[in-house]
Amino acid sequence: MELKYLFNSLPYIKPELILAASLVIIVVADLIITKKKELLHYIALAGIIAAGYFVLEQFSMNAFAFSSSGNKGMLTVDSMGAFFKGLVLTASFFVFLFSFSSNEINESRSKLGEYYALLFGMILGMFFMISASDLILVYVSMELVSLSSYVLAGITKQSLRNSEASLKYLIYGAVSSGIMLFGISLIFGITGSTNLYEINYILRSPETNRVILLLAGLLVFTGIGYKISAAPFHFWTPDVYEGAPITITAFLSVASKSAGFVLLIRFIKVAFIQNSLNGYWQLLPAVDWKTILLVLSILTMTLGNFAALWQDNLKRMLAYSSIAHAGYMLAAMAVLSNQGLIAILIYFAIYLFMNLGAFFVVMLISNKIGSEEIDNFDGLGYASPFLGVSFAIFLVSLTGLPPTAGFIGKLYIFIALVDAKMFLLSVIMVLNSVVSLYYYMRVLKHLFLRKAEGAPIELKVSFPNAVVLLMLVIPVLVLGLYFTPLVEFAKNSISVLGF
Amino acid sequence: MTIPIEYYLILSGFMFLTGVVGVLTRRNAIVVFMSIELMLNSADLTFVAFSSYLGNSIGQVFVFFVMTVAAAEAAVGLAIIIAVFRNKKTVNIDEINILKW
Repeated sequence: MELKYLFNSLPYIKPELILAASLVIIVVADLIITKKKELLHYIALAGIIAAGYFVLEQFSMNAFAFSSSGNKGMLTVDSMGAFFKGLVLTASFFVFLFSFSSNEINESRSKLGEYYALLFGMILGMFFMISASDLILVYVSMELVSLSSYVLAGITKQSLRNSEASLKYLIYGAVSSGIMLFGISLIFGITGSTNLYEINYILRSPETNRVILLLAGLLVFTGIGYKISAAPFHFWTPDVYEGAPITITAFLSVASKSAGFVLLIRFIKVAFIQNSLNGYWQLLPAVDWKTILLVLSILTMTLGNFAALWQDNLKRMLAYSSIAHAGYMLAAMAVLSNQGLIAILIYFAIYLFMNLGAFFVVMLISNKIGSEEIDNFDGLGYASPFLGVSFAIFLVSLTGLPPTAGFIGKLYIFIALVDAKMFLLSVIMVLNSVVSLYYYMRVLKHLFLRKAEGAPIELKVSFPNAVVLLMLVIPVLVLGLYFTPLVEFAKNSISVLGF
Repeated sequence: MTIPIEYYLILSGFMFLTGVVGVLTRRNAIVVFMSIELMLNSADLTFVAFSSYLGNSIGQVFVFFVMTVAAAEAAVGLAIIIAVFRNKKTVNIDEINILKW
């Protein structure tokens, strides 16, 4: 690869360059600023906004970057990638705003520099994961995300809960990435290439060894399944979500999951596609992805919803609920069509607001009462009606009831399933939503119908926090009624380069 | 005389299984971590074997990346194990169990 090609590719990775620069700036600023560490919050926000500006450019791009020969590159810049990059940046924006008032983060203020440096490392890794079209880059960027998040899960270090979450995350993560690496080595052995487009080209020839390819595909799926916390690779999710600082939990539940989904979409849609007929993807007969995704999605949503039923810790309950949501999105993936892909994009955009909102409310309340146990939330809906009502809106949306945005997300997945005549899966999805109603409403019962024991607790939402909360509530309500722009936007952002 | 590729693949498959069994059965966090390194190394061996068999250098490039990442992972992993040990005075993963179900 000549130096000229490298320079030619730089315009395609402007957002990544901004993120890397922000990382360095934060590390340096952390050294210089000794008194007013709060400034780091603003530097981080500025970095996110600057990167966002360049992501907007990428919606109209369609190109390979860092290609050594011909047109097969390490990176693909396309509108689907830009959509998910925008999603990751929006999630980071909100998480940075949450960090202003999180007790857990403010108590270890001396670590604020590391906190943001690692977060930027994680966002950078996600960006590369989103646009990676080469297995080397897939592996390295996944590890960048994982290594930063292992440390972030235990960043406060004081409590055992934190370090235990960090250790469990590390062990599960390292094992699944090891398994994935072995799968990649087998794929390399079969095809002699690590580029997804070249792999696709070679797999089209009939003499590939199907058994090894199936094994390799499953092994690689283990690594991706761990990132999106699909059953049976979800075991870390509840422990890490409960133990990690709540800002990190919120970030993992949205951003990490979305980066994992893009990887899954790219892996299946680029490496295993034969041709696309009326928007339905005809995959190579080598691996039966449809059945695999179907079974795993049923398993994931059922397990997530049923395990959430008897959780008393709200963070843990939201962890199982996020597993269930991964199951719904896997169902849309199992359709293997453009319509399913649109449904995933819509669902993710909505899931971002409702899930971050739910975590934000839990954070604000637990800042005050120092606990996330559901019994300690009794009667708190009346202590601050604004907080209580917004929590109710988020939970109703997570259940998927109209008139909130969650309903629209589920509706589009449902339409995609019915159009593809996958009735069994759609029925199971509806039944699962009914189950989820129980545990979401149980929280509301505690908030509004139970009497608080002891002295009433004063809950005041400060003005900046109220603004952040409104920024999350309003999209959930508005997208529930006026969703056409989002749908159109998603329809325009599904072009995956090459097919 | 060249060694056939099957020998390398059998060896790396065996190494991989040893790693997986080690992760599943051992209770000391550091031994679990060593087993994980064994899994990574088995993948490295597969890469190098295929690379030389196919006459294709991408596999060897990949191994460099894997080794770098494995070193970073070991650094982060041991730091986390020390953080747990400071809080709990043990690295036995059966006793690290305040988060469950």
